Amino acid sequence: MKLQRKNRRALALGALAVSGALALTACGSDDTGGNGGGTQTAAAGNIDCGDASGQLQASGSSAQKNAVDAWVKQYTAACKSVQVNYNPTGSGAGITAFLQGQTAFAGSDSALDSKEVADSKKVCKGGQAIDLPMVGGPIAVGYNVPGVDSLVLDSATLAKIFDSKITNWNDEAIKKLNPDAKLPNLKIQAFHRSDESGTTDNFTKYLAAAAPNDWKYEPGKSWEAKGGQSASGSSGLAQQVTQTAGAISYFELSYAKGGMKTVKLDTGSGTPVEATLDNATKAIAAAKRVGTGKDMALELDYATKAEGAYPITLVTYEIVCDKGNKAETLPAVKSFLGYMASEEGQGVLTDADYAPMPDEIITEVRETIKGLS
Amino acid sequence: MSNATLSAKRPSSLKGATLPKWFSWAVAAGSIALGLGISTAAGLGSNIQWALIAALLFVLGSYGISARVEGRRQAKDRVATSLIWVAFLLAVIPLASLIYATVKRGVKVLDGYFLSHSMGVIADTEPGGGIYHAILGTLEQVGIATVISVPIGVLTAIYLVEYGRGKLAKAITFFVDVMTGIPSIVAGLFILSLWIIILGMGYSGFAGSMALSILMLPVVVRSTEEMLKLVPNELREASLALGVPKWRTILKVVLPTSIGGITTGVMLAIARITGETAPLLLVVWVTNFINANPFKDPQASLPVYIYLQFANSGGQGPAYDRAWAAALVLIAFIMILNLVARGIARWKAPKTGR
Amino acid sequence: MDISTENKPAPPTPQPSQTEQKRAARGATRPGDRVFLALSRGSGIFLLVVMAAIAVFLTLRAVNAISKDEANFFTTFEWNPTGDPPVFGIAVLAFGTVVSSIIALAIAVPISIGIALFITHYAPRKLGGPIAYVIDLLAAVPSIVYGLWGALVLVPNLDGLYGWLDQYLGWTGIFEWNGGAPRSLFTVGILLAIMILPIITNVSREIFRQVPQMHEEAALALGATRWEVIRMSVLPYGRSGIISASMLGLGRALGETMAVAMVLSPIMDINASLLDPGGGTFAQNIASKFNEATENGRDALIASGLVLFVITLLVNGTARLIIERRKEFSGANA
Repeated sequence: MKLQRKNRRALALGALAVSGALALTACGSDDTGGNGGGTQTAAAGNIDCGDASGQLQASGSSAQKNAVDAWVKQYTAACKSVQVNYNPTGSGAGITAFLQGQTAFAGSDSALDSKEVADSKKVCKGGQAIDLPMVGGPIAVGYNVPGVDSLVLDSATLAKIFDSKITNWNDEAIKKLNPDAKLPNLKIQAFHRSDESGTTDNFTKYLAAAAPNDWKYEPGKSWEAKGGQSASGSSGLAQQVTQTAGAISYFELSYAKGGMKTVKLDTGSGTPVEATLDNATKAIAAAKRVGTGKDMALELDYATKAEGAYPITLVTYEIVCDKGNKAETLPAVKSFLGYMASEEGQGVLTDADYAPMPDEIITEVRETIKGLS
Repeated sequence: MSNATLSAKRPSSLKGATLPKWFSWAVAAGSIALGLGISTAAGLGSNIQWALIAALLFVLGSYGISARVEGRRQAKDRVATSLIWVAFLLAVIPLASLIYATVKRGVKVLDGYFLSHSMGVIADTEPGGGIYHAILGTLEQVGIATVISVPIGVLTAIYLVEYGRGKLAKAITFFVDVMTGIPSIVAGLFILSLWIIILGMGYSGFAGSMALSILMLPVVVRSTEEMLKLVPNELREASLALGVPKWRTILKVVLPTSIGGITTGVMLAIARITGETAPLLLVVWVTNFINANPFKDPQASLPVYIYLQFANSGGQGPAYDRAWAAALVLIAFIMILNLVARGIARWKAPKTGR
Repeated sequence: MDISTENKPAPPTPQPSQTEQKRAARGATRPGDRVFLALSRGSGIFLLVVMAAIAVFLTLRAVNAISKDEANFFTTFEWNPTGDPPVFGIAVLAFGTVVSSIIALAIAVPISIGIALFITHYAPRKLGGPIAYVIDLLAAVPSIVYGLWGALVLVPNLDGLYGWLDQYLGWTGIFEWNGGAPRSLFTVGILLAIMILPIITNVSREIFRQVPQMHEEAALALGATRWEVIRMSVLPYGRSGIISASMLGLGRALGETMAVAMVLSPIMDINASLLDPGGGTFAQNIASKFNEATENGRDALIASGLVLFVITLLVNGTARLIIERRKEFSGANA
């Protein structure tokens, strides 16, 4: 009997816990960004909310996460009835979720391939998925060599370093490019991404295009070369470079924080090019458009010798249906993407260390977004 | 000296020479000092090294001295004792460091605002925001998972121990074994394929709960099974002999006797799933806003929050601080849960006299 | 010194006997028993169905992937399922998983048993309770926090130990170190050991507590030292429990995902030295590659997950065999 009474008490306790959890749902609130800190929300007058409302689910590239964060903040301030969820799952997972009809749009560091376009016809009733270039960024090569504040490398040397052919910082090849630098006798620790990523894809494409004799591996999202060391995510790589003397690695410029030094690239244009936003935009402007119709896929010229163009550049596309978007999310998609491509939207990018799209590209993107249905 | 040889020859003597009580402490202090000395002299920088040297000296020292004074058997006993002490200390150091690091870095941004607000529209790079939405999500997801898996798990274990003897029991045992090896991400993938893609249900906290249940079940079954097996058969037989039906025997004798162990096992299982990240990323997704409904639309959760904040921080800045603070909250949450569960277990368990 | 002079000790795993089976059958005739039996059997069957569904699903996907693989799935050192032709193999992953888990177990099991004994038999009673409690709480620390701690606290502190191992044991080849960041399989082994330590300790402690006090008192009365008591009555009694606890820990070590991904520097190559980068683990590889993987890539990763099952299964099977074997002796030998 005694036990039974205790059982009842335990039950009451459980009920209390459940009701407590329910009560918890009543308090607490969303941070609307009003409490200062960070960028102030700009005048929201120019954002066209249309009749958008509800939740907008999107996922994909983690490279553009910080840019999307900035956009969401400005956008939500204007259009309070829309909640944008961007899940930085990675480009591949983003495309997969989009093709399964789980999300309204996807962010991807590489354009859709032909099979994916064919698959998209199932989700986009009467249309297909298209790539809209929305945000770019230079992939910086960060290094940690004590006493060396400025370092110039060319593609061949870079390829040899990441292929473990050059293993010490006082190698002749590096000395030749940096006659003034005091290069120490220090082992090179080249770090690459352990996860698959669009960053690796672009970086290896650059190595393969600009130094075909020294980089024999197939460019791709996963690192093919042997040797070296690895870490997970751009954040992980940046951390390793900060921690390890003699380290060198590649990541988006926004991760090169805390006084980290980045390599200037000798592209053969005369002056070595620094990894800056302007230089990245220049490289994107020189890109060739390969997408047909409304698709705006770009092909970057990684071996470019144009003055001041930084060749290792990443372009992130937003992927949507040109026709046949879901009716309930269409207004929100048009409104949010429209804001991203607008002048204000692109203007937010430089604060977040991303490169805006060149004018002629973004004008066309705006037109395409207006025509989405 | 003569005493020592005496006791070695005649181990059956009623009382051999014994070392004073402070002996172990003296040896410990001596070996730590020596360990520090050696590593300073050799210029070894790391904390790990002097600790290892000191531990080795301690074990050898106690054995050597004790073997001379007290005899072989006593010396072995001392070595065992010192080894066990060393094991304890070796384990405590990293664990203490873990708690210390989390608390030290976690308290920076941990305050009422942080606990009662969601991230909302705050970007990862900006200060501010909070984890309310993640706490809520984790509570609901883990709660539902526990409600699903504990009854099924405990009943299955009861079946295996108390009833099951045939092929069915063998098959269940086999599959529970297989299940313990499921990488968490694969459980997430299974739910993603079945629930979200084939059945078209959309991302939700409940989908996450199901994935977590898959991970939780085998742990509950195995630990409960182990605990039930430890209940002496005499207890069962005594109860049955008094004419108590078997199911009442199980409920009133077997379960209460092992409730402490079962609770511990369940807590371990909850702890394991509360820290799961990968499956939640796949099937629950994330949101920066508060969503109190676990059955519709994406929810946030603490581990996913920690992971994403960490992954986007580059090892510094506000996102990094938030990741540690959320980690601290997560640990505190699990510990409180643990405390409550242990309280219940102690309160319900029969007094064993130990 | 046979101490089992008292009534027959309850074997750790009760042997199914003829009489028991009869009793179960007879007991089930009462309505309450029937309901209870149906409930517990139903749970078991439900579990079985879920498991079977997962197994079928995974096998289908895995077979699909392996049939596309242009290289030997078990011996290839590469992972490129999206390539043309697709080439991928699990040799490196199997190596890394097994090696890191063995290191973890080798470190964690003795220490855990030590702590469990410390709590139950050595610590002053006032200290034992709180320590047990702290260890309990540590079992509850989520793996992602271990990952954070491993990457930011443990790794930077291992340089010295690595240098030391290289200096004194480098000649073995296993402990050579080229001076890179200490993010190798050995580090993962240490981190995993720390992670599974509380689990193994918890379960072993619970088991040592259950040792019949009579056995210990009998041994003590015969003049045994504390260590002899443990060796002769505590450890034999708890052996199957310890093995089972270790397997529980091993299960977590084999499948650990995020913490490993945050600490390891995985390379698709096997390195004889444990201190240099080389190898990855199944779970880490799945987590790292999954996000960007296309359909074929996902299937390939699932195939690797299936291999992890098989390994876990082998481990568990071996453990069960050991436990069964022990059971035969335990009656006469304990």
